[in-house]
Amino acid sequence: MHAPTEPRHYLLIGLAMAVSAIFLVVPLVSIFAVAFSRGWEVYLGNIIEPATLHAIWLTVLAALVCVPINTVFGIAVAWAVSRYDFRGRRLLISVIEVPFSVSPIVAGVTYLFLYGTQGLFGPALQAAGIQIMFTVWAIFLVSLFVTAPFVARELIPLMQAQGSEDEEAAISLGASGWQTFRLVTLPNIRWALLYGAVLTNARVMGEFGAVSVVSGNIRGQTNTLPLQVELLFNDFNTVGAFAAASTLAFIALVTLIVKYALELREGT
Amino acid sequence: MTRIDRRRRVLPGFGLSLGVALTYVAIIIILPLIAMGIQTTSLGWDAFWRIITSDRAVATYRVTLSAAGLATLFNAGFGLLMAWVLVRYRFPGRRLLDALVDLPFALPTAVAGITLVTLFGPNGWYGSLLEPLGIKVAYAPLGIAVAMAFTSIPFVIRTVQPVLEDIAPDIEEAARSLGARPWQIFGYVIWPLILPAFLAGSTLAFARSLGEFGAVIFIAGNLPFQTEVTSLLIYIRLDEFDYPAAAALASVLLVAAFVLLLVTNSIQIWAMRHARTD
Repeated sequence: MHAPTEPRHYLLIGLAMAVSAIFLVVPLVSIFAVAFSRGWEVYLGNIIEPATLHAIWLTVLAALVCVPINTVFGIAVAWAVSRYDFRGRRLLISVIEVPFSVSPIVAGVTYLFLYGTQGLFGPALQAAGIQIMFTVWAIFLVSLFVTAPFVARELIPLMQAQGSEDEEAAISLGASGWQTFRLVTLPNIRWALLYGAVLTNARVMGEFGAVSVVSGNIRGQTNTLPLQVELLFNDFNTVGAFAAASTLAFIALVTLIVKYALELREGT
Repeated sequence: MTRIDRRRRVLPGFGLSLGVALTYVAIIIILPLIAMGIQTTSLGWDAFWRIITSDRAVATYRVTLSAAGLATLFNAGFGLLMAWVLVRYRFPGRRLLDALVDLPFALPTAVAGITLVTLFGPNGWYGSLLEPLGIKVAYAPLGIAVAMAFTSIPFVIRTVQPVLEDIAPDIEEAARSLGARPWQIFGYVIWPLILPAFLAGSTLAFARSLGEFGAVIFIAGNLPFQTEVTSLLIYIRLDEFDYPAAAALASVLLVAAFVLLLVTNSIQIWAMRHARTD
């Protein structure tokens, strides 16, 4: 890496910055510009509107349920895949990637055909009097699907690169498996783990397509924030929609700041 | 890939971690896919074929593929430029620019959708400049491409960047000392090295664009045969409780996603073999 010296260097940097400004900076700024276009009081009024507040609560609840579960799953997969060799290891890595490449709409549809009344488990669930589709449970399940790869994706390359020498040393010195994990592995992977969890959180809170299919869109009951944004926008309440959207944009900004801070730590 | 020392399994937790991983993968990822497979196959071949080749469905493939193609072309160019600039030059704001690249992944698609349609709409900051020139973005096919391009910006950048960082400076110096010009160094030395990552990133961006829903529906206009993408048609069929049609169309998107995943994996395997013979 070097400082730009020739005109073409400046040209390339300028072009990259200009396109980034048009497609990244201005859209981000415009969210807050529209949200606050009628002043602070209207903004706050839009946020504490009961339906929006309820959507915020449901969104936070989904994150509280899904992030810990997928963090544990991510650690388990990464540990199995990076510490042992077994048949089907590569297949397992590929299968974990599946939610990442499946359209959110398709993700929602697969869950509908599993838990919906016409789905695989539909009749059995109905007989037992359990309703999953179009309730918060469906939102949790589909969010788990969509974000299943995130922590694992961050951990697997790191744990493979680190190797298992540290853990083997701890075990040979008499540490138990749990002690080894808590005192040796966890400190080694904590930043990647944190970033994976932050990414999972952002996606759970922001998932739209999949949740849209399975939530049933009952106003004020199964509306997460992205669905509430859509509802307000389609009701021509643009400022209200952008106020609700600004909370999600804020979460996105926090996600980027966490990544930025972690990269500064690494000193890359 | 087979390392002997992994086979000894000196570390505890093999059964626990693999058990948790496999159970979870089976329940959360595989079971829903099987359910959809059953729903689709119960249709029978004739009904399935009729649905996926109906005029309206074929029109959505055309709209989706052309917009995704355009979006990927943009991201191939912009991604290469960004990766190059971020890796090669030191300039004020470089780290900030680097962090900003992930915005489309962090920002919910619905938020991206309402933001882009507001910007590119007739009264928006961009729309009010473009529409007098006769360029219609919002509620037009170009808008779909813009939304898809936005949500898949990071793919090419994030796959090319690490490869570019790993290229040792002495290869380029060798080329330079042999009298190669900057464009020759790029074309003959750097380009072959980053090509696999570039193709993999572009494929990922294309795959993401094919399935995009949230960002697209706000800006698309959603007119059947003109600005209706496949994922939206699936949603409309669900809304009409036409589950067989939704299943059949969803399986088309799913197969496309799997094929593209396979392509990406093959490119990566090819790249690894390529690297080993060097």
